[in-house]
Amino acid sequence: MASEIKEGTLDLINHLPILQVITPMLIAPILVVLNNKTLSWLLSFLGALACLFISVLLIQTVSDGSTLTYSLGGWAPPIGIEYRIDAANSILLFLISIISVIVLIFSYSSLHVEIPEEKHTLFYACFLLCLTGLLGVVATADIFNVFVFLEISSLSTYVLVAQGSYLDRRALSASFNYLIMGTIGATFFVIGIGYIYMATGSLNMMDIAERVSELGDSRTVQAGFAFIVVGMGLKLAMVPLHVWLPNAYTFAPTVVTCFLAATATKVALYVLIRFVFSVFNYEDSFVNELFFFLIMPLAIIAMIAASVIAIFKQNLKKMFAYSSLAQIGYMLLGLSLVSEKGLASSLVHMVNHGFTKAALFMSLGAFMLNTKNVYINSLQGLGRSMPFTSAAFVIGGLSLIGVPGTAGFISKWLLLEAALGSGYWLVAVLIIVSSLFAVIYIWKIIEVLYFSESSESYSEVNVLTLTPIWILSFFCIFLGINTSLTVEVANMAAEILFK
Amino acid sequence: MPIEYLIFLTVFTPVLVGGLNLIFHKTANVRDSVTLLGALITFYFSVNIFLGFDGQATQYKFLTIMPGIDISFHIEPLGIIFSLLASSLWILTHIYAIGYMRGAKEKNHSRFFLFFSVSIASVMGISFSGNLFTLFLFYELLTLITFPLVSHKGSSEALRGARVYLSILLGTSIGLQLLGIIWIYFSVGTLDFVKGGIIDGSFGPFELIILVGLFAFGIGKAALFPFHKWLPAAMVAPTPVSALLHAVAVVKAGVFTVLKVGVYIFGVESLSVSGATDWLTWLACFSLLFASLIAMTKDNLKARLAYSTISQLAYVVLAFSLANSLGVLGGALQIITHAFGKITLFMCAGSIYVATKKTNISDMQGLGRVMPITFLSFLVGAISIIGLPPMGGSWAKWFLIMSSLEADKQFVIIVLLISSLLNIAYLLPLVAKGFYLNPADQKEVKSFKEPSAFIWLPPAITAGSSFLLFFYVDYIRNFMVNFGLVG
Repeated sequence: MASEIKEGTLDLINHLPILQVITPMLIAPILVVLNNKTLSWLLSFLGALACLFISVLLIQTVSDGSTLTYSLGGWAPPIGIEYRIDAANSILLFLISIISVIVLIFSYSSLHVEIPEEKHTLFYACFLLCLTGLLGVVATADIFNVFVFLEISSLSTYVLVAQGSYLDRRALSASFNYLIMGTIGATFFVIGIGYIYMATGSLNMMDIAERVSELGDSRTVQAGFAFIVVGMGLKLAMVPLHVWLPNAYTFAPTVVTCFLAATATKVALYVLIRFVFSVFNYEDSFVNELFFFLIMPLAIIAMIAASVIAIFKQNLKKMFAYSSLAQIGYMLLGLSLVSEKGLASSLVHMVNHGFTKAALFMSLGAFMLNTKNVYINSLQGLGRSMPFTSAAFVIGGLSLIGVPGTAGFISKWLLLEAALGSGYWLVAVLIIVSSLFAVIYIWKIIEVLYFSESSESYSEVNVLTLTPIWILSFFCIFLGINTSLTVEVANMAAEILFK
Repeated sequence: MPIEYLIFLTVFTPVLVGGLNLIFHKTANVRDSVTLLGALITFYFSVNIFLGFDGQATQYKFLTIMPGIDISFHIEPLGIIFSLLASSLWILTHIYAIGYMRGAKEKNHSRFFLFFSVSIASVMGISFSGNLFTLFLFYELLTLITFPLVSHKGSSEALRGARVYLSILLGTSIGLQLLGIIWIYFSVGTLDFVKGGIIDGSFGPFELIILVGLFAFGIGKAALFPFHKWLPAAMVAPTPVSALLHAVAVVKAGVFTVLKVGVYIFGVESLSVSGATDWLTWLACFSLLFASLIAMTKDNLKARLAYSTISQLAYVVLAFSLANSLGVLGGALQIITHAFGKITLFMCAGSIYVATKKTNISDMQGLGRVMPITFLSFLVGAISIIGLPPMGGSWAKWFLIMSSLEADKQFVIIVLLISSLLNIAYLLPLVAKGFYLNPADQKEVKSFKEPSAFIWLPPAITAGSSFLLFFYVDYIRNFMVNFGLVG
């Protein structure tokens, strides 16, 4: 399908790419000025809702294969900064903004348990900045702009993770650890950008792509690529660069964990995908071989090892953090097949896993409102006293396993099909083995929830807390039955990226 | 009523009944009557599908999940037979379950009946699945839905059994069957059930052998050696569950899937030409003898019946592996007659438990004299399982023997004969003990009597049906032949 570029005229649709990024960014300082807890929540929620609305408009506009571009300040690319929305990033913009809306609904009732009231305003301001950063990374077509937004989101993430310290001081060391690792990653990334700028003299993705292909075999470009892969590897928690992730997810407040698990690593993975397909040439041997010899084995190791580790974790947030590592393995694996189907399966899994993991973490959060911790033993008998939360948890769990009829099944099906299509038999078998491990750790929890007697009696959380959990669970089922949003857009995106 | 509505209703009614169970959980009598009514309605709908079937295998698309992957249904003789079987036996088992759950003082009745009903819904879904994906969907659903039934007691023993149950069934289906399904989809591009098979020529001879293996082992519900352990483990469930699910719904869903895949995916012709199932014939023979031998060592009645089931299921896998029309006929008849026979035996075991709290065969001496109806029903069911006239089970064996002659595998006949002898050796002693041996404690036995009619009537009816099947088998055979299940 030809990518018809919609030139900027006065109608609003052309300003959407920037509006989406700028809205939360402008709201954030207002919150700090107003310094009112309830008002900050309301404004953040409205801001996120606006982002969601815009992203739905965007996805409708570009789902026919077209591309929407926006030149910042009227400076035409490659000199100015360009925002460029196509099928591939519109789907991520949608994921990020819908998750932020859902998470904010949840935060209204859960945040006061985890964070002292006077910090709420700052928390929401950081949250919005993080949202800005993530949306910006995805929307922009300028590689230095990617770095800037990545740092905006990362810096605010460090703060958000550290907020967990009111419940558990270990959040501070987790955040510090994340800060160090994340900064190393960012540094690698910016060095890579430097190399590319050195070789091509440009920062615009499309422009670089042209110049790189003209350069031919350039050491500088290859070095730049290597730095970018390592930098993004750190940010997306590719094994063995993942060490920051389990603790950061475990000790962060539930709201933050949900949001990060569903979006942050996916955004980093998206950057990697964008660089591989839109900046570099995936047919070049140095890209191809990297995927075959490095990324694929690492992805498989993550898939198997992280799943096994997850089985033995007693702290459930940590268990699901490791499970996230395994799931990132699936996404990397799809990408490393370097085929249209593989890439589409990666994109679909990003969305499906985003909803699934958010549902799981959020129901854990709801349990935590009652039990105050998330060790597996403290969930005994909650299936009876908190039936709605538990049911939502089970749905999320089934989707994580990949039971047919859930979102997880669709991703797994596509990934298996892609692996078979590339002729990797053994890989297909390993994918299945890894899902069997997921059965084990999910079932451990289900047994504790439903088949053991509780020592204390708890009551179900209120409707406002249940709503976001059930929205997420609903998506876990809905995306398993109706795939027009995910699979069709992802196929379109893969087609565009592979052009 | 158009047939697609009927299909929807047969699947939906049990789900609705399950929901009503929750609503009426406070008034047990209302709840149980509603479920009974629901079972009757479900049966009525399946009968209507049977009557409305014109031999045309139309696909009814319900939902498209991805291009090429649909939830779709179709009607064919095998599915009609299975749905009639499950829905009719659901009525009887429900009546039995009402008596049993109250008599044995089990807890959490509403949860039990909720999952019971929904599991019937997934069985209906399996019966009418129009493609392998839909079948897989309902197959997995059935596993998950029956888990709370198996672990119903909540004791650590029940949990352990249920864990084995779940891990083997999910493990095989995700680990092997799903791989087979995706492989077929990848190579053929469709998963629809088409008479004569869809894989013609897409697989080499060696690949075909692996594919047969992926399905034979991947359909763990068929309990083929070495993936049979879940069935004895699942016997921790209350007896009505064992009766309906582990003599009819779950295990029969397994062998039904085996036959369905054989006829509508592989195609009987191409299987017999390629010889890809020759190894499976040997394995099935081994599985059926092996399970019979183990059954003889079990003193716990339900455990013995479980191993007997494993052995009897292997007959159907054997039928599939013989790969000819007579085999398919024999397999289908085995599904029907074994269902009636085995459900009788399980219900009798439950009656004995409710009346006397005895579970071991060695303790059941002399009980036949105080519980004559139960023991006579058991005798009839056992004879049908063994395959002696005048019970329905004999026809299944008859067709299997014919089929093995046609497939030129005479050794199968010997195996079948030995198996029947073993069946006699482990099923009939209970009846003999019950009627002829004197109990150790005369007084205690005198105090026992038949439990309520809710409990003894259903097995008597199924035993009677086993007898009737002997005379009406030709009707079933004609139905399958005329409506094009076998050529």
